[in-house]
Amino acid sequence: MAEQYFNEMYDGQGLRAPYQMLEGWYQNMPAEIRAVKQAEAEGLFRRYGITFAVYGEGGDPDRLIPFDMFPRVFTSDEWRKLERGIKQRARALNAFLSDVYDRGEIIRAGRIPADLVYRNEAYEIAVAGFRPPLGIFSHIVGIDLVRTGADQFYVLEDNCRTPSGVSYMLENREVMMRMFPHLFQENRVAPVDGYARLLKRTLDSVAPEKCERDPKVVLLTPGHYNSAYYEHSFLADLMGIELVEGQDLFVEGDFCWMRTTEGPQKVDVIYRRIDDAFLDPLCFRPDSALGVPGLMNVYRSGGVTICSAPGAGVADDKAIYTYVPEMVRFYLGEAPILENVPTWQCAKPDELKYVQENIADLVIKEVHGSGGYGMLVGPKSDKATIETFAAKLAANPSNYIAQPTLALSTCPTFVEEGIAPRHVDLRPYCLVGRDIELVPGALTRVALTEGSLVVNSSQGGGVKDTWVIAEE
Amino acid sequence: MILTVLHKTRYEFAAPVRGIIQSLRLTPAKCEGQRVLDWSIDVPGATMSTPFRDGAGDYLQTVSLRAACDNIEITVSGRVETFDTAGILRGHRERVPPRAYLRGTIRTEPNRAIQDLVADALKGHEDAADLDRAHRLAAAVSQALPYTPGATDAHTTAAEAITAGAGVCQDHAQVLISCAHLAGMPARYVSGYLNATEDSSPHEASHAWAELYLDGLGWVGFDAANQCCPNDQYIRLGSGLDAQDAAPIRGLVSGGSAESLDVSVEIAAQEQRQQQ
Repeated sequence: MAEQYFNEMYDGQGLRAPYQMLEGWYQNMPAEIRAVKQAEAEGLFRRYGITFAVYGEGGDPDRLIPFDMFPRVFTSDEWRKLERGIKQRARALNAFLSDVYDRGEIIRAGRIPADLVYRNEAYEIAVAGFRPPLGIFSHIVGIDLVRTGADQFYVLEDNCRTPSGVSYMLENREVMMRMFPHLFQENRVAPVDGYARLLKRTLDSVAPEKCERDPKVVLLTPGHYNSAYYEHSFLADLMGIELVEGQDLFVEGDFCWMRTTEGPQKVDVIYRRIDDAFLDPLCFRPDSALGVPGLMNVYRSGGVTICSAPGAGVADDKAIYTYVPEMVRFYLGEAPILENVPTWQCAKPDELKYVQENIADLVIKEVHGSGGYGMLVGPKSDKATIETFAAKLAANPSNYIAQPTLALSTCPTFVEEGIAPRHVDLRPYCLVGRDIELVPGALTRVALTEGSLVVNSSQGGGVKDTWVIAEE
Repeated sequence: MILTVLHKTRYEFAAPVRGIIQSLRLTPAKCEGQRVLDWSIDVPGATMSTPFRDGAGDYLQTVSLRAACDNIEITVSGRVETFDTAGILRGHRERVPPRAYLRGTIRTEPNRAIQDLVADALKGHEDAADLDRAHRLAAAVSQALPYTPGATDAHTTAAEAITAGAGVCQDHAQVLISCAHLAGMPARYVSGYLNATEDSSPHEASHAWAELYLDGLGWVGFDAANQCCPNDQYIRLGSGLDAQDAAPIRGLVSGGSAESLDVSVEIAAQEQRQQQ
């Protein structure tokens, strides 16, 4: 069983290079010390308030995401290639967005079907023809990757709207450094704490042309009922910017303003963590109480920048995903460095037929789904589950895509009996402003249940600190 | 023809409200069928933004009142020279790809009755030219929904209107959009004014119709309520996916209390008045 998956610590020959320095650490850690450390880690997470909210399931709504102390390690060589691939993809996705809201060259060239883009719900008619500052739509691109071999990575999906989880990347490191300072003295782990400074610099760099001073940047949150509220306040705090809700902002004349005790203050850049539909009740959903009425008029007349730009979601749709390698070739004239997972579009009759015939071997996902809900993992499902899902698929094929079950790599993970391999994925956060930046780190999510391939925190996944070993 | 417009919208609040903000789509579109001679939007006491043109070619403007008030009055007045372009929208600069208007909203979502209406209307003409099919659809909608003020309200969907079997221009436009989508033609909702009487007396004139994107012609207006295509009696303001999306005024009141709305729209043909 174990050999069918790439084990990031042990390959056929023994301990892989990036993990050699950790051998003594975990082998010499007595079980009771481990238990103490694990409790200490949880205490730290509680104290920092790093929780995510789950409502409607009873119990304490503020949950901790399980933290596994065993770090995941990349060599600088491994990381360099990933970094090039991630930045390339982030550039291509932005080029695509600025194209489809402008002349749509990629569609005219017949490289992507028009209907897939223009009839997509995430395509915002309200911003067609509008060019945001520097032509950038997606300022924080979260790219979900899985590994299947020493040199084989696949992109599972792109997140161009408001990818969450970066606070875990930062806090996992913080907690590890507090608990095991010697590990960081002995090993050259590349730091990730520059992320907040880079994010702020990215947001500053896309201030509107009308802004003639140091840009005023705010983070717009839907409020404390949102599952990622902790992250919103954490990031605002690290960047030294205001955390605001819709009611703290208002539109007057050509600008957006923040209410302060010293009177209204003009806002130049809004890092929003609310969905397009809720941004402005005068443009989108009229019942939204989370947004700022009139904001889209200010945005479209160049008075404020919204990050990510409204409409950015059309690039990370699961049906569009198939075409990202094509975007890389079309806009950048380069060969894609990162590969896509082969994907069948159930909207296409031929491909649907293949999916239906091989349903037990495939992973089937909703085109607009997220969080690991509404999906079928064929090989892990019983007959009845598959049959129920097959009926849903037949009723509405275009709502689904299918992919092969990937042999996700494993990383050593602390379990009751010691350490054991558990499946992991990787979400790095690429920043796109005047420059394209990627801190040497990412969020590693781990499926804590033995054999499970679902890493989502809403489905029992945990997180790990992710190391990139700096060069000598 | 020169049309003069005087459009007043007054909101009265039972108790003073804390503030009001509105997005106005109240400036005539720039296209071959019409030329603005003069136009003004006046909202006493309010702050107005600089108008801008969105990707659909509409002029939008934000107006806000940030003080306690118990009413707000928007007065739009102006003169527009109009030309008959047989309903074809020409010389209109816009950036939205027509195929984006194939998507429905909750207000234009078809039901079985609308599907049947389309099937009947196009029976034997499924492969006819777009223009022919569009006329057939408009005629069918007009027949299915006799003009009946009061049978529907501002929130009525296309499906509800067809079930009621009656409606006003808003319902005609939304049902026609729904039909066009089923027939594979992009379609959108248009807000504007209509000078509907033969004589030159000013009269109630807010109006709405649909535009369908036809192969070879581009956007063409269809006024199913009046069984015609817009001509020089029409003034086009702006468009959207449905009545809400294309509304001339979208607003929000903070600290809201019961409101009453009073709208008067007067339109008249200036030429004729001068002749008398």
